[in-house]
Amino acid sequence: MKLGVLFSGGKDSTYAALLAKRADHDLVCFLSIESENQDSFMFHTPTINLAVRQAELCGVPFLSKITKGEKEKELEDLKDLIEEAVAEYNIEGIVTGAVESVYQASRVQKICNELDIECFNPLWQKDQIELLEDLIKNDFKIIVSAVAGYPLDDKWVGRVIDNKFIEEIIQLNKKFDLNPAGEGGEFETLVVNCPLFFGELEIDDIKVSGEGNSYRGEVELK
Amino acid sequence: MSRVLIISTCAEKLHELEFVRPIKKIIEGKCDFEIKHYSKVDLSFVKIFDKIIICGTSLKDNKFMENIDAFDWLKSFNGSVLGICAGMQILGMTFGDRLKSGPEIGFLFEEFSEEFLGIRDKQEVWHLHNNYVEFGENFDRFTNSKILQAVKYKEKEFYGVLFHPEVRQKEMILEFLKK
Repeated sequence: MKLGVLFSGGKDSTYAALLAKRADHDLVCFLSIESENQDSFMFHTPTINLAVRQAELCGVPFLSKITKGEKEKELEDLKDLIEEAVAEYNIEGIVTGAVESVYQASRVQKICNELDIECFNPLWQKDQIELLEDLIKNDFKIIVSAVAGYPLDDKWVGRVIDNKFIEEIIQLNKKFDLNPAGEGGEFETLVVNCPLFFGELEIDDIKVSGEGNSYRGEVELK
Repeated sequence: MSRVLIISTCAEKLHELEFVRPIKKIIEGKCDFEIKHYSKVDLSFVKIFDKIIICGTSLKDNKFMENIDAFDWLKSFNGSVLGICAGMQILGMTFGDRLKSGPEIGFLFEEFSEEFLGIRDKQEVWHLHNNYVEFGENFDRFTNSKILQAVKYKEKEFYGVLFHPEVRQKEMILEFLKK
């Protein structure tokens, strides 16, 4: 089946794309929404500008749209973008990296239903720690690109997700009820390399800015 | 220990990660189980199981309806069955009730008129369906909603839910295992 991937360049959407490819589907385009609203409920994509480069590394065409991030308008923008993918690439379905977020999942499901296309959520209800472990097992190189939650601070930005990271995040989950996969926006991720990529995203520098428990890294590529 | 069969209704293998794997994770370690696609199942095969869970599938996937005869074994099976979403529709269609169109998508509140597999009162449940069954007199009803959300076949331990308990009512599936 020809599929478009709702792609943020983070761990969940990239892993979902890999699972779809391994199930013998054709990934014909990546779709990204860039929200001007940092508090958007739908789109958490602080490194959206890098998604273009990641799509190139996958050899998959990239479609994007900027939204103001107003609650219902951003859904119309997402629908427009998916319609564009249907028209341009004849996609028969969408792949998302939704794990627990019923807000995002229900809205994408409704849009796909209206457009009469399939909606695949291969990570749906997956255990958060198991998800992180799966990523390491599947040779994903992922860094933290932003944090927004106590007790995370600037030192977490740029960290690679490895077994040590998982151990620490399990402890923070027990102590502070921090979502271990960051699905509530506690941390954002950037996939630097994975089996979908033909090469690594070459990072030159990460400039970290923010305050308190909210920091983001501006990634500069070589 | 119970032997449980999890039946996939998904036409696309990739959908099993969304509709079958969560069920597997809930019952793992609590019983012996096997997972099969409905097209690989017949009466002689299901007889070796005490309990069967028929999982849901995607909004657009109606392939199982074209093959509803593949579920005729339900008429002769004497163990317990839990039909989830597509599984509930299959129960209704197998016992002669009518399929109707009525999409419900997302988190919605449902009020249970009496206890159903450990679930009672008002519950926020995950809906993902375009169709539902208008159940006849062969089934007991457990919600007063226009679109029925939970039923039990009067003659057997066959339960049906239109919502997806694997999302927020996981304990309901464990309660079913005790039946």
